[in-house]
Amino acid sequence: MDNVVIQFRDVCFAYDQQEVLHNIDLSIPNKSLVGVVGPNGGGKTTLVKLTLGLLKPSRGTVKVFDEAPERRRHSIGYVPQHLSFDPEFPVSALDVVLMGRADRHWFGPYRRRDRIKAVEALERVNLAHLSHRSLAHLSGGERQRALIAQALVSDPELLILDEPTANVDTNVEHQIYELLHELNKQMTIVVVSHNLNVVTRHASHLACVNRSASLVRVDEITEGQLSAFHRGDMTVIQHAQDCHVHDASSVMCEPHHGKETRL
Amino acid sequence: MSLFWEHLVNHTFLQYAIVGGLLASLACGVVGSFVVARRATYVAGAIAHCVLGGMGAARYLQRVHDIEWMTPLLGATVAAVIAALIVAAVTASGRQREDTVLSAIWAIGMAVGISFITATPGYYEDLMSYLFGNILMIGTADLQHMAVLDAVIVILMLLFYDKFLVISFQPELAKLRGIRVRAYHTLLLVLISLTVVLLTQVVGLVMVIALLTLPAATALHFAQRLWIAMLIATSLCFLFTVSGIALSYGPELPAGATVIQVAGGTYLLAIASKWLWKKFNKIDQRH
Repeated sequence: MDNVVIQFRDVCFAYDQQEVLHNIDLSIPNKSLVGVVGPNGGGKTTLVKLTLGLLKPSRGTVKVFDEAPERRRHSIGYVPQHLSFDPEFPVSALDVVLMGRADRHWFGPYRRRDRIKAVEALERVNLAHLSHRSLAHLSGGERQRALIAQALVSDPELLILDEPTANVDTNVEHQIYELLHELNKQMTIVVVSHNLNVVTRHASHLACVNRSASLVRVDEITEGQLSAFHRGDMTVIQHAQDCHVHDASSVMCEPHHGKETRL
Repeated sequence: MSLFWEHLVNHTFLQYAIVGGLLASLACGVVGSFVVARRATYVAGAIAHCVLGGMGAARYLQRVHDIEWMTPLLGATVAAVIAALIVAAVTASGRQREDTVLSAIWAIGMAVGISFITATPGYYEDLMSYLFGNILMIGTADLQHMAVLDAVIVILMLLFYDKFLVISFQPELAKLRGIRVRAYHTLLLVLISLTVVLLTQVVGLVMVIALLTLPAATALHFAQRLWIAMLIATSLCFLFTVSGIALSYGPELPAGATVIQVAGGTYLLAIASKWLWKKFNKIDQRH
């Protein structure tokens, strides 16, 4: 168990009556770089929110570092989707990064140590030279790096990113994945992505999520499957690797495995 | 204008008005910047109109039942805080349609106020000064009350600025970091409500939204960080208040309305000048 960072066991989740995730069993190993892929509405973001403890599963258990997610939030860095905040909000890059340490003091301004940590985090993402520029005047890629710095400033052991490259060009996308590779030496990384092509090239594992979920090692996928995968034919890899992304309807009909924890 | 400066030296009521303007400006700049940055003007509007209920009830108790200490300003403060707590509860639960509930608070507060005011003898002057403000009638008791409200607002803002910033910008991150988003959200709404009360003293509750947002909106056109916007907005608000009083004094125009016209004019000028600046200097802002 020491080697498992995120553990989903028989997890189901429903918004009101609508079940989004069904019988999820997932073990994400330490120091892996996991690409979470699957169709829109398949439950990728829900999976992330369950991992963060922002949502509670209706059945089954989620554990992060062998504990309830909300007890280990201090070990998790989270980079939200780019649309989750107002880009016109009057803050500088440094302000944004400091917010990652807003829980470290009860009142008053950020302490010296917070500022040092924030500058270090900005240096790690190569943004120190823009620390006083306002958010509104940063490019999409710079904004994304500021948000990564914000997640890094609390010294996480697990970094979760929700569509970090949704709003940037290919060049910047490449830079962000380079950065993630670098960070991956020290921490486990989970990246939600709509771009199978890119994420397969960078990740060590793929978590295919569509109501159900399964994890495959990228190096176990054969060349032929990969190229078919890149063409957009998800079913090839899913049949071969038991990664049943395509066939949500039959999966949803299976009985629940986990015990009910809500309702 | 010259008459104003002449009288300012000799007449205490004018000096009180200027001090009142200064006190209102402090809260206006600090809290107004948050209101504009959070796009929460409608919330402030609902609280502002709810204040009439408190003012009316207090005035009724004072006049009809001889409860002297129950001043309209005290009534306004109580009503505003209650409105803020209701808004906080509603927005936190997320079950009701927020705009519907805000509109209800807005209308019910006004309705209660109008009923009380009508039941109070000599209501017409009262009603007019609540609706449109009467800064020239401000007394020392009002100024003391305003100073207390100011102190509360500024001290809490200094203590929790960082928290208010993160819950306004990224509430989900704040929640994730274990910050009590709901508690700080409620506190911020209470500060907004206290500021609304302060500003009603200057411009009345109909125009309070304008004074709360116009200096901050003008400042945010130029400031790129919130605390800088707060400093600029405070200065602008004081400038608008003083020049509004000065301009209206000679020709006996309503002071509150003149303040708002100055503020509105400056805001439009700021937008226009920024637009012209961009048009004629097609320099990329980023470099």
